[in-house]
Amino acid sequence: MYPRCCLPSLLLGSLMLLTLYSGAVVSAQVAQEQGNETTTQGNGQVRNKSIKAFPVVTIDFSHVRPPFVVALWILLASVLKLGFHFLPKLSTIVPESCLLVCVGLIVGGLLKTVGETPPILKADVFFFYLLPPIILDAGYFLPIRPFTENLGTILSFAVIGTLWNAAFVGLLLYAVCQIKGSGLEHISLLPNLLFGSIISAVDPVAVLAVFEEIHINELLHILVFGESLLNDAVTVVLYHLLEEYFHTPAIGAKDVILGILSFFVVALGGVLVGVIFGLIAAFTSRFTSRIRVIEPLFVFLYSYMAYLCSEIFHLSGIMALIACGAVMRPYVEANISHKSHTTIKYFLKMWSSVSETLIFIFLGVSTLAGEHHWDWTFISCTLMFCLVGRVLGVLGLTLILNRFRIVKLTPKDQFIISYGGLRGAIAFSLGYLLSDSFPRTLFLTAIITVIFFTVFVQGMTIRPLVELLAVKKKQESKRSINEEIHTQFLDHLLTGIEDVCGHYGHHHWKDKLNRFNKKYIKKCLITRERSKEPQLIAFYHKMEMRNAIEMVASGGLPKFPSSVSIQTVQRRGTFTERLLPTLSKEREEEVRKILRENLQKTRQRLRSYNRHTLIADPYEDQWNQMLLKRQRLRSFDPRMSVHLTVPSAARGSIPGQKLGAESDATYFESRDPTSNTPMITVDLASKEPLVAQKKDAVDREDKGIVFIAGTPVNDESGSPSQRMHRFLSDPGPDNKPDDHLQS
Amino acid sequence: MGSYSSHLSKIEDLQGIIQETGFSKAHICRLHDRFEELDKSNNGELSREDFQRIGELAVNPLGDRIINAFFPNAKQTLDFRSFVRILATFRPTVKDKSTNPNAPEPINSRINKMRFAFQLYDQDRDGKISREELIQVLRMMLEAQVTNDQLESITDRTIQEADLDGDGAISFEEFRKSLENINLEHKMSIRFLQ
Repeated sequence: MYPRCCLPSLLLGSLMLLTLYSGAVVSAQVAQEQGNETTTQGNGQVRNKSIKAFPVVTIDFSHVRPPFVVALWILLASVLKLGFHFLPKLSTIVPESCLLVCVGLIVGGLLKTVGETPPILKADVFFFYLLPPIILDAGYFLPIRPFTENLGTILSFAVIGTLWNAAFVGLLLYAVCQIKGSGLEHISLLPNLLFGSIISAVDPVAVLAVFEEIHINELLHILVFGESLLNDAVTVVLYHLLEEYFHTPAIGAKDVILGILSFFVVALGGVLVGVIFGLIAAFTSRFTSRIRVIEPLFVFLYSYMAYLCSEIFHLSGIMALIACGAVMRPYVEANISHKSHTTIKYFLKMWSSVSETLIFIFLGVSTLAGEHHWDWTFISCTLMFCLVGRVLGVLGLTLILNRFRIVKLTPKDQFIISYGGLRGAIAFSLGYLLSDSFPRTLFLTAIITVIFFTVFVQGMTIRPLVELLAVKKKQESKRSINEEIHTQFLDHLLTGIEDVCGHYGHHHWKDKLNRFNKKYIKKCLITRERSKEPQLIAFYHKMEMRNAIEMVASGGLPKFPSSVSIQTVQRRGTFTERLLPTLSKEREEEVRKILRENLQKTRQRLRSYNRHTLIADPYEDQWNQMLLKRQRLRSFDPRMSVHLTVPSAARGSIPGQKLGAESDATYFESRDPTSNTPMITVDLASKEPLVAQKKDAVDREDKGIVFIAGTPVNDESGSPSQRMHRFLSDPGPDNKPDDHLQS
Repeated sequence: MGSYSSHLSKIEDLQGIIQETGFSKAHICRLHDRFEELDKSNNGELSREDFQRIGELAVNPLGDRIINAFFPNAKQTLDFRSFVRILATFRPTVKDKSTNPNAPEPINSRINKMRFAFQLYDQDRDGKISREELIQVLRMMLEAQVTNDQLESITDRTIQEADLDGDGAISFEEFRKSLENINLEHKMSIRFLQ
């Protein structure tokens, strides 16, 4: 079956390549033609050529060329990504990054045979356009809790580990270079150290690309990933430092101290810039309630500005991005609508996915683009020292760290951490930026070799190794409300016990930070009505929303929260028919007809189309009311709220009403007799035909108001409908586990 | 704060405590210092007032419950040994491969940590967390920022998720099951007590 599937994508892919090729050729021709024209005009300008008829069709490729090529590349990348998923066997063995590099190699080869110079991954393009989306995606969705819990470990791997790697590789390579007869004596100590610092940094893009597919447990993922993010500061400092030193004749102790100082400035400065922009973004989002369409734009722009601002001062842009994303997220999410949240999520994922694809393809293309200087000793030694250095570094650090960690790192963990030290495009770009006073081509060749080795060999083998070693995998289950409650409970408990011990530990400071946050910061940065909402309530609402969406998406038939439904339904044999009444076809049709008619009326009320306001989703009202009704049910009837656990005795007492209030295809009358708003009550369990019921309700109506309940529910924590509005998203539930709920 | 050995001599049955709880001598010394610091009346025992005097505990939403945990069965005073025993529950767990299957379970094992947490929920000690008990805990944690409706909805939802045998309350087994994804050894350990 799948040959048929991949055939169209292959065809499409080759079509793209052909277009590219032809585009290149055409551009060359057009350039030639233009050259001809100018020469003829220059020579015999008066001599008009035979009067041309008005050109009905012209080809003018040159003025579209730059955006056309860019768009074509991105399209090619996306089509390829699509194509890979039609080859399931291949994508389980070979990680996507490898395939993309291979494709890059093929494309580069094709372009070379055509005679065009293949585009090289320019450092500017990489650092300004390709890298930020990936890092922002990582920073915005960073799981804060595991990150802060393991911060000490992550920092020591990032800083000490990288320094150790750089020193190890640099010094040993220098030693190798000094060996007579290797032909490398001209490379002195500093270039070697510089090379070591470039090659020693673990690359976040590569780590993300590979680790995402193996679904490893959260601890290991956050350790390797966090390290790859935070070592940027070290890399930046070392790179600039060593480049500076190369041009100064003598290095004294003062320079070393300045170097160490600059490390702190770079790292902390980057974080500070990120935090400032994050707070500004959070503050801005407080006021965006009137024009929700541009909310995502603020998130993206402020983060990008943070990145660029920190690049002005040569601070660590990656740390700025991460800090900005992580700081702004809790406040922005409390302020923006659910639709904006979905938009942000999908845009970030989309951009980072495209960026990643492009980076790997360009890596392959650039390999064939530049010149290479292959030296067996240098390159093989580099590879060996990189691997050995990483392993030694991880082992040594873990020995020290395990004395301070509560959950120790097992040898299996250590192996995965050292094996997951992949190098990637950042090393390549940094190498590309080197000035010519260094043996650039040799370095570039070595860097590319190491990158290829880590991406291909380590990337391909890590999955079978993970299976072989039976490393714990990521738990796929969504966080339940139980876990949320118990986690908070335990936090308070541990803080209390720490106070009893008189020990100012982890929990104590976290608790203090939370209090400070709640008292001052939240008041400034979150819209007034939501600033008092505790995290548990927000979590609960999100769960309820998800259920409501699922319920409506499944056609309005009663449906229960996932974890409980099957078990309880199985247990309660007699209850089953009650709990899941199978609506007869006519009833279902009647319900649908009613809904349709009333919804049509709502839509007709929309007068004008305005680009700046989102069209009210007709389903939103319906969900709104459903949830309001559910809440009121629970307050009015205590028996109703005990759901499925109510003994059967209470069943018969309420005529026409169903137990199990989670299900809500039925709309119940409000018990409030004073309400006089028109209502439609559709009582499925009753014997009367539905149409009759609806009729007398409709007669009273004048407008197409649908399913309105009585007086709105209590208003202490902001009007519920407003809150609901914020949480509703467009239909099309996403099934990916919501990682941000884990904070 | 006094020399090491003079402290140790004040503690009765030091070896017994070390055996039972697994703390080292240095830790027990430190805890003894803390004990004496809290014991304002200097009679070698702690009372509830001593605990209530701890400032941070007063603002902790679960402060009262924690204090009650130290004084089980309506006891009014707490001696050093019980103090240490309760705190031993929060020692980081050490995965010991060579455990003697007949040896009594260490105080800081995962099960005992869970039991401690369970007892904080289950005030009337009937072995189940009933709906009212859960509502109380939630109210304490959410500190009157929520309405009763919301509290009840959340409680119902929680019980519904965790309750496997349908009795409307959470038993210890169900509690254990709902915590299986949480890394309890990490969450309920204090590094200080390692």
